Amino acid sequence: MKPIISLSPHVHGGDSVQKNMYGVCIALLPALLASLWFFGLGAAIVLVTSVISCVFFEWSITKFLLKRERTTITDGSAILTGLLLGFNLPSNLPIWIIIIGALAAIGIGKMTFGGLGCNPFNPALVGRVFLLISFPAQMTIWPVVNQRLAYVDAETAATPLSVMQRAIAEGDPGILSELPSLKEMLIGATGGSLGEVSAICLLLGCLFLLWKKIITWHIPVSILGTVALLACVMNVCSPVYANPLQVLMSGGLILGACYMATDYATSPMTHRGQLIYGVAIGVLTVVIRNWGSYPEGMSFAILIMNGFTPLINMYCKPKRFGEVTAK
Amino acid sequence: MNVILIAVIVLGLIGLIAAVVLFFISHKFAVHEDPRIGEVSAVLPQANCGGCGYPGCSGFAVACVNAADGGSLEGKLCPVGGTPVMEKVAGILGMAVEVGAPKVAVVRCNGTCEMRPRIAEFDGALSCRVLNMTGLGETGCGYGCLGCGDCVRACKFDAIHMNPETGLPEVDEEKCTACGACSKACPRGIIEIRLKGLKNRRVVVLCNNKDKGAVANKACKASCIGCGKCVTVCKFEAIHVENNLAYINPEACKLCRKCEEVCPKQAIHAINFPPRKPKPVEDSAPQVKTEVTSAVKPAVEGEPKPAVAASSDSQNSNQQP
Amino acid sequence: MKTFKIGGVHPAENKLSAASPIREAGLPKQAVFSMCQHIGAPAKPVVKRGDVVKVGTLLGEAGGFVSAPIYSSVSGKVTKVDVALDASGTRRPAVYVDVDGDEWEESIDRTPDLVKLSDRPNLDSKTIIEKIKNAGIVGMGGATFPCHVKLSPPPGCKAECVIINAVECEPYLTADHRLMLEHPDEILVGVDLIMKAVDVTKGYIGIENNKPDAIALMKEKAQAYPNIEVVPLKVKYPQGGEKQLIDAVVNRQVPAPPAIPINVGAIVQNVGTAFAIYQAVMKNKPLIDRVITVTGKSVKQPSNLLARLGTPFQQLIDECGGLPEDTGKVIGGGPMMGKALLSLEVPMTKGSSGLLIMNEKEARRSEPNPCIRCAKCVSACPMGLEPYLLSTLSDLQDWEKVEANDVTSCIECGSCQFTCPSNRPLLDMIRVGKTTVMGIIRNRSAKK
Repeated sequence: MKPIISLSPHVHGGDSVQKNMYGVCIALLPALLASLWFFGLGAAIVLVTSVISCVFFEWSITKFLLKRERTTITDGSAILTGLLLGFNLPSNLPIWIIIIGALAAIGIGKMTFGGLGCNPFNPALVGRVFLLISFPAQMTIWPVVNQRLAYVDAETAATPLSVMQRAIAEGDPGILSELPSLKEMLIGATGGSLGEVSAICLLLGCLFLLWKKIITWHIPVSILGTVALLACVMNVCSPVYANPLQVLMSGGLILGACYMATDYATSPMTHRGQLIYGVAIGVLTVVIRNWGSYPEGMSFAILIMNGFTPLINMYCKPKRFGEVTAK
Repeated sequence: MNVILIAVIVLGLIGLIAAVVLFFISHKFAVHEDPRIGEVSAVLPQANCGGCGYPGCSGFAVACVNAADGGSLEGKLCPVGGTPVMEKVAGILGMAVEVGAPKVAVVRCNGTCEMRPRIAEFDGALSCRVLNMTGLGETGCGYGCLGCGDCVRACKFDAIHMNPETGLPEVDEEKCTACGACSKACPRGIIEIRLKGLKNRRVVVLCNNKDKGAVANKACKASCIGCGKCVTVCKFEAIHVENNLAYINPEACKLCRKCEEVCPKQAIHAINFPPRKPKPVEDSAPQVKTEVTSAVKPAVEGEPKPAVAASSDSQNSNQQP
Repeated sequence: MKTFKIGGVHPAENKLSAASPIREAGLPKQAVFSMCQHIGAPAKPVVKRGDVVKVGTLLGEAGGFVSAPIYSSVSGKVTKVDVALDASGTRRPAVYVDVDGDEWEESIDRTPDLVKLSDRPNLDSKTIIEKIKNAGIVGMGGATFPCHVKLSPPPGCKAECVIINAVECEPYLTADHRLMLEHPDEILVGVDLIMKAVDVTKGYIGIENNKPDAIALMKEKAQAYPNIEVVPLKVKYPQGGEKQLIDAVVNRQVPAPPAIPINVGAIVQNVGTAFAIYQAVMKNKPLIDRVITVTGKSVKQPSNLLARLGTPFQQLIDECGGLPEDTGKVIGGGPMMGKALLSLEVPMTKGSSGLLIMNEKEARRSEPNPCIRCAKCVSACPMGLEPYLLSTLSDLQDWEKVEANDVTSCIECGSCQFTCPSNRPLLDMIRVGKTTVMGIIRNRSAKK
């Protein structure tokens, strides 16, 4: 016998990158089904294009540009990026724009920095923001729900977010009455990017992530809590600001808080740091939404705080054992 | 017109005030640096390799200037620049140059895959330091090369490479600057920074095993067993055996190669010698004599000591789950 | 239920041998006594080739204050004083004894009668510590720190309580569990002796609640000792770490090194040590045997053996059904902190709490992937460190930053590597950093 030698520990908990990545994909399933239900054919085309092109770019870049022996497409991270990118797009977006978005997400957002775990910014958001700035017209019109067989030809309408922003800009609380009902927003029967409309499905998935311990509560709770608090305060101050519940369920807030801000590589490592990060994202989101030129501030808020993550990591050390009694 | 005048006056005033402030600050907070430090830095290679033992070339320059003020440049050597650079440094500092003989890294292990059977298989981070913490490592020899290539990664001059056939690192003597980075990186202190020797020729014990003969013999076919035959045969008292390991003092060695012949384990190697001719005695004898006189001269420094092996503190973990 | 506050993981317990009673292992043909069975200076051999020794004869005397003597566990003839490969994977000085019969020194009391502290009213603290020191008792949980050193607090420190470590948080191991079930009275007397030795009035026995039978039995027996309290603890690794145990039982946190448990008034001893102390003080029996768990998924009969020190591991495995065909790795100790053995000729030592045999498939680590910065290692670290950072910095050899990030607090429990989804060898690299930084610190203080 030629024994194997290694240093301890000799056992492993069995967790893996795949388990975490596919876990998030599974958590996104309810929202995916909801988007297929409400947006039909358009949603299917956008999601399939986005996932396939992300995986393709990841594979071709690792293989031909980086010339690595092992491609990393099986670890699920490219699939996840593709899914999240698709969730952030309107369901009537032409295929070629989606492919450009996927190239930006994987090529610029991820592989430029060395691939999995090295990217400072969330790749899916890099793709979305790239498209939002490059194709503002196509990226800011969203189809009306329940046109299951329509794709680029779908009828479009204002989303809750644009209604809210218009109410603030014009100082007329009456505009807010155009908002869909709370029930519609909860199940997702409202306009918006295809994966961000159904609050209930997204929250279900988030519970799954928490149960599987893929994420901790710190980031989602701090973001949602901050936004809710600010919305309450503003709603009390002036009636032009919408009801906090409607604010919470509108746009990509829940999707961002539960699935995008919690991205491992781009969020802080300590719980204290995660709370700071979450609160800052919440504040930035409210500021951009209400007073910025874009109706949705979530993606910008997350990307800005991604940039601060190394700084937060440097200053928010975990509490060392025995630190309190040291003095 | 008025506007221009006001602007000129305001800017002029600001400039004046700033100049006064700067003047005072530059005097008040002036950092006095010995101008020689800059001059010395300028002649150094600026590789910042740390081979001299100081943090980069500027650190070495400061050390040289301080040493010159202390009266001697002894022990200061830029291994990359060698004697020419040290002569320039000494010139700047007005000192006599202490000529150091050129050196080279020597891997003192010949435990190739066939000489040294693997008794275990390592599974972990590919680093000699990690493997060294498991104890003996993959082979029965607790002193030999671990083969994970920490020295290769430490070399800034691309002068040391693993040979996949032997599993041992090989030094490219052309590129080696004797900076000592590999020697420091090796957790077992196998790599010695050794005098290059005349015509680049050296006689070296390629083994670092300090175990008793029987144990060393079992672990590796090419190990030094400390038998002492080489000590007896050496006329120049250049070899001594300590901890069951022979060491040839490069300053005393006259390159006669008698020890190489007598070593029962072929642990002593003559490096860079031409292939032996049928009658070695007559051919090499006069050559040796010329070497004797010249080989002794450049030796100034003390005997190069092998780097101390990293202590294996990994065992005393301070708790007991 | 109590437990420690920061971090921790839950490895699969796999206590395969929990139901198998302790049985005596046979005598070896040749016993090998390493002179380094403890932390500190090696023992100095006092026998030479040809000497005849009995069970309990001194083989090596303590080499300093932080050291312990070594006694023969067999009777026979000394064949050589040489080096031997031991569980640390290196060759160290050792005494080889060829076994011949089983003759014991007469001073050892081999009767099974229980001797209580009240039966020996004139035992004072000094005598107890002296007896422990002379018996060569070390921490039996695996750290093997000489026991008498721990029981002699440095000036200015006063012990307030004794905590007995009966946690056995390592998966697979059951030696302490069985010992508690089979020798509860002796253990309690041992605890009483430790409390008397350091003059404290409060003793705790911390047991994880995956051993309900041991908790019930110890609670019942401890009723006779009003000062000793049995504390059930929630199962979590590494609860058996000294600092974690103190945190769990008395809710005090030992500050970062160089602080030691006595700085917060606690003295921690393993339950096996308490048993050995009882035998040493009351029965005059030096530390010559211990309970060891021989286990593994492919082992025919996972068992708890009472084996003599110096027995080669090969023999212990043979007593449990032999070495399985598919063996990939043999570990001295538990799977989280044990050492992989190079050879089965390695003899048993004072710190051998287990012998774990893993098959080829279990033994191999999975291929490491890039760090995805999931922070699971940070959450798992019981010392509140950042393993991902320490590992990277060690790889980059930035020793100053490694030191600034408190690498010296690392207890090498392996929770980070256990939990890493990318299978990164975190602890391997952290150990490199810790060893180097400890060296730098030693050099620095030596210069001062």
